[in-house]
Amino acid sequence: MAAPEITAGAKPAPRLRASRRRYGEDVVKGVLALCALVSVATTVGIVVALFLPAIEFFRTISVVDYLTGTNWTPLFEPASFGVVPLIVGTLSVTLWALLMCIPFGLGAAIYLSEYAGGRTRKILKPALELLAGIPTVVYGFFALTFVTPLFRDLGLGLEVQNALAAGIVMGVMLIPTVASISEDAMSAVPRDLRDGAYALGSTRYQVATRIVVPAAISGIVASFVLAISRAVGETMIVLLAAGQRPNLTFDPRDAIETMTAFIAATGQGDVPIDSIEYKTIFAVGATLFLATLVMNLFSIRLVRKFREVYE
Amino acid sequence: MSAVQGDIRGGGRRQGELQGRLFSAFLLLSMGVGLVTLGTLIVKVILDGVRLVDPVLLTDSPSADPAFAGAGPAILATIYMGLLLIAFTVPIGVGTAVYLEEYADRNRWYNRALEVNIQNLAAVPSIVYGILGLAFLVRGLGLGRVLLAGAMILTLLVLPTVIIAAREAIRAVPGSIRQGAYALGATRWQVVWRQVLPAATPGIATGSILAVSRAIGETAPLLLVGALTYVAFNPTLLGDFTALPVQIYQWTSRSQAEFRELAAAAIIVLLAILLTLNAFAIWLRNRYGRKW
Repeated sequence: MAAPEITAGAKPAPRLRASRRRYGEDVVKGVLALCALVSVATTVGIVVALFLPAIEFFRTISVVDYLTGTNWTPLFEPASFGVVPLIVGTLSVTLWALLMCIPFGLGAAIYLSEYAGGRTRKILKPALELLAGIPTVVYGFFALTFVTPLFRDLGLGLEVQNALAAGIVMGVMLIPTVASISEDAMSAVPRDLRDGAYALGSTRYQVATRIVVPAAISGIVASFVLAISRAVGETMIVLLAAGQRPNLTFDPRDAIETMTAFIAATGQGDVPIDSIEYKTIFAVGATLFLATLVMNLFSIRLVRKFREVYE
Repeated sequence: MSAVQGDIRGGGRRQGELQGRLFSAFLLLSMGVGLVTLGTLIVKVILDGVRLVDPVLLTDSPSADPAFAGAGPAILATIYMGLLLIAFTVPIGVGTAVYLEEYADRNRWYNRALEVNIQNLAAVPSIVYGILGLAFLVRGLGLGRVLLAGAMILTLLVLPTVIIAAREAIRAVPGSIRQGAYALGATRWQVVWRQVLPAATPGIATGSILAVSRAIGETAPLLLVGALTYVAFNPTLLGDFTALPVQIYQWTSRSQAEFRELAAAAIIVLLAILLTLNAFAIWLRNRYGRKW
């Protein structure tokens, strides 16, 4: 890059090259790549562990019967393998969770990003994130021993285990998930956009709802999708508080069974290997994995999108 | 800014103001829902369980008689598992992070696939990791339902979180430090080992501790790899085991009020362990963390 007139006449500069190959460097790179391979192996392991037994399961039970059957009694005679009640149970709890975490998570994000002052933010943000650090079994305990009795006292006519309390407690647990990703997306919105809107006479409310939220929409949607994926995959709250009864109902007062609760309840026992009951764990697991995989990939794409736009 | 705004606001002011106020109220409510629930949960657990947090709970074995039941083996197993998790996840997680940040060529498809893979693994439901453990560790390898299998499956579960935290810490080390070292003739590994990693250590340590504290609160995967609910002896690496969250689950699912109180007491112990870990992580970050 040096100007030619300076080097002219001087001895040509020696080409920069390593004097010898350093094998130690290659070894290090190899070891690091091996570490990275652990996560690839995990994914491969999950796919193999789920799908091999699931395929065997579907040799006995037809996929159509599984996906459309409305009776789930794999452990009783006569056994019936219709997964619809488990899916409806999962959706019912997820719905209540979303009704909590989407409005309040988004509200918390807007508050932290657009309304709170520096000091308030510094205290409230970690406080809210504490919610994400509480183990799910503790939320299950809380839903079963506090929220359900409270709702019963209010005269809601709940069963001891029910979809409503489990869903609402799960929704509160997911508020930080929605809030932190949405807030990240909102803080990535350039200041200029806000300043421009203020200069045109907008109020803080208008700037938040008409400038910041639309500009951050891909990140906000990503946070919603991730919350759905988490709700569908959550186990302990539903196992304790929503029950283990595969009811085909959207009535939030009734006990239901989700896909995760079925896997946990059945996998704990000593179900004999090679029995069809044992394989149901994997069939339901594969269904759950595929459903969450689609949502996760979608949300990863969306997050990448808002990063690309503003960073 | 607000003073200026006040002066300019013109027509339609009444209606806008009302909407704005309602909106602010909604935002405060949003913050309140989470914080009030958190507070209620903590008060509820303490009221139910604090009188049972005693030497019997901390050291004795579980028992069918709630008056003599303790969580000693479960607490020990959870501590062992925390130590194993640190030993397993930190080397593998930091190794992967260094590979991705310092070595991998972003333009190669497999490196980009690796990144997406890790992001997805971070969001796979924990029960699915339990199935993985059941299929491969417990039955495939014939390891049985042992502590080591539990620790290994939790390792895989938190690995993505550790990798993501370590990558952020490594990325925060300014490029000028690397270039300075290269200019003095350091090889790539010398740059990583003597410059980048020491500078990133506080961030990596904080992230790893937070990840491990999340892992030891996990219950679902341990149910599948066979944490038992009744273990009357102290845990060993290749023996039957239980863990504090599993013990809490078991006590909660019994209908007698006495066992529910025991569950609350065990929750207090678990939350105390997690709070200690979190406080330690935050202290590390404040004490040694650096803004570049």
